[in-house]
Amino acid sequence: MASYSTNEFKGGLKLMLDGDPYSIIENEFVKPGKGQAFNRVKLRNLKTNRVVEKTFKSGESVEAADVVETDLQYLYNDGEFWYFMDPTTFEQKAAPQRAVGDAANWIKEQDVCTVVLWNDEPLQVEAPNFADLKVVETDPGVRGDTSGGGSKPAKLETGATVRVPLFIEEGEVLRIDTRKGEYVSRSKE
Amino acid sequence: MPCCDEMTLHQRLSQRAQLLAELRAFFAARGVIEVQPSGLGRAASMDPGLSSLAVPEAGPSGEVRYLQTSPESAMKQWLAAGSGDLYYLGPAWRGGEFGRWHAAEFTLLEWYRIGWDHRDLMGEVAELVREVAARLAASSLPAPSLPEAALPAATLARYPVEHLTYRQAFVEYAGVDPLAATPEALDSALQRHGVELFGVEGSLDSPGAAEGVAAGTGGVGGDLPGRDADEQAQRQRDERLDLLLSHVVAPQLGRGALTFVEAFPASQAALARLEPGAETNEETGASTAGCAAPSATARRFELFIDGLEIANGYHELTDAGAQRERFSREQAWRRASGLPVYPLDEALLSALEERGLPDCAGVALGVDRLLAQLIGVDSVAEARGEGGGDG
Repeated sequence: MASYSTNEFKGGLKLMLDGDPYSIIENEFVKPGKGQAFNRVKLRNLKTNRVVEKTFKSGESVEAADVVETDLQYLYNDGEFWYFMDPTTFEQKAAPQRAVGDAANWIKEQDVCTVVLWNDEPLQVEAPNFADLKVVETDPGVRGDTSGGGSKPAKLETGATVRVPLFIEEGEVLRIDTRKGEYVSRSKE
Repeated sequence: MPCCDEMTLHQRLSQRAQLLAELRAFFAARGVIEVQPSGLGRAASMDPGLSSLAVPEAGPSGEVRYLQTSPESAMKQWLAAGSGDLYYLGPAWRGGEFGRWHAAEFTLLEWYRIGWDHRDLMGEVAELVREVAARLAASSLPAPSLPEAALPAATLARYPVEHLTYRQAFVEYAGVDPLAATPEALDSALQRHGVELFGVEGSLDSPGAAEGVAAGTGGVGGDLPGRDADEQAQRQRDERLDLLLSHVVAPQLGRGALTFVEAFPASQAALARLEPGAETNEETGASTAGCAAPSATARRFELFIDGLEIANGYHELTDAGAQRERFSREQAWRRASGLPVYPLDEALLSALEERGLPDCAGVALGVDRLLAQLIGVDSVAEARGEGGGDG
């Protein structure tokens, strides 16, 4: 089984701790003048997203997590699972809602997403940073008001609701920053 | 690979050069002689916490030499031979140490004062730090990046000196008495401060615990012979103390002050003499040597500035028998823990036995760390004018 020694620790390295996969956020080597050396490590639990701090005795080895990132195309969902396909092998993967999380607000069929696989199963789905989505429901636009003075809610084709400027009309396609969940502009496409 | 743009690099290297010159001037004015012992030594440090880098075929008949973790052995041999006060300013090497404040090669300042004790030497360490800080602050070196900003050295030159015992530091900042607390009390202090050591139950055991110490007997709590069981318990205790010191206590030490921590537990004496009264075991060579009463302390000190350990000093152990005993014990522990085992440093031991080390105090100071704090950079690599540290 692959493992990493503490002197290989660095940001992004994936480890198994207590049966869960973790990713190293920060690694600090600490050592009193005389005595035992330690690695003080901040890690993210890739299943729960919780950040924890743990200390390792320097020189210790820790089991590596079989975690890879891959680009998969979103096909559809059945309310329980979101289905993705590897565009080269056509192999399909089913991601549970827990793995899709907020990405569900922003992805639509055929979007290519970064999917983190652990032991070949989807662990985390990341939406593309920007998504172009159609407005399916909003109050009528206020013609000519492009000053950006006010805003109103708009429901998108994925079901998510974002704040948009008053001049936006139903049927328009908007560019959304998925990391912030915010309107950026009208789509140029 | 340089650390930074041209102007900043020039300034940083100039400040570094000035610091080295100021340190030399400080000792020249006090009649302390600069020495340059070989970086490649026959002997390696026995300290289980230090890892020596071996250089194959560096000796005359192709034998291994070791990059010295400090010039201590060579300097003590000179001191025993009657050299007078000495200092060393140059590189030292430690394997397996990489981080923001650690590097395999770093610049060390080490000096010895004959007839002085640890308290006299702490006084001189404080004078040295304040003096070089004041001189760097007063220098006319341009600060192109921040023309208006004063160097941190200006503030540091005015830091008050604070003295704490190891015990006081732990009580104040970790809420636990390091000399009296039970292992369980130390564990709960660690827990209280959110320090979690990776591993299963009993992960605080030293590496030797898993395969049994020396005699090769059972694991944790197994039927170790008395001495090894004591040694193991002591090592486990020190490991908990090291965790608390490095994670909880040290980051709070020396905030706006030159904070000296002294009276370390006897088990962490390293090469310091014990406080009188605690030495009985060592002198009689009893089998519990080094596992003296838990309240026994050593004449060892460390200097902390703004959370960073800067210097480590001793009222030096001069008792040759006690020195041999400590080396043998560390050698046995290295063997039991699966660490590289080196022969005893007989050159040093015979110098101590035959000529005798004069009563003296010695200290080692991390020059790259001190410079980082004087000029306000955030790693030893930057203080050396190199690329950023890759933690």
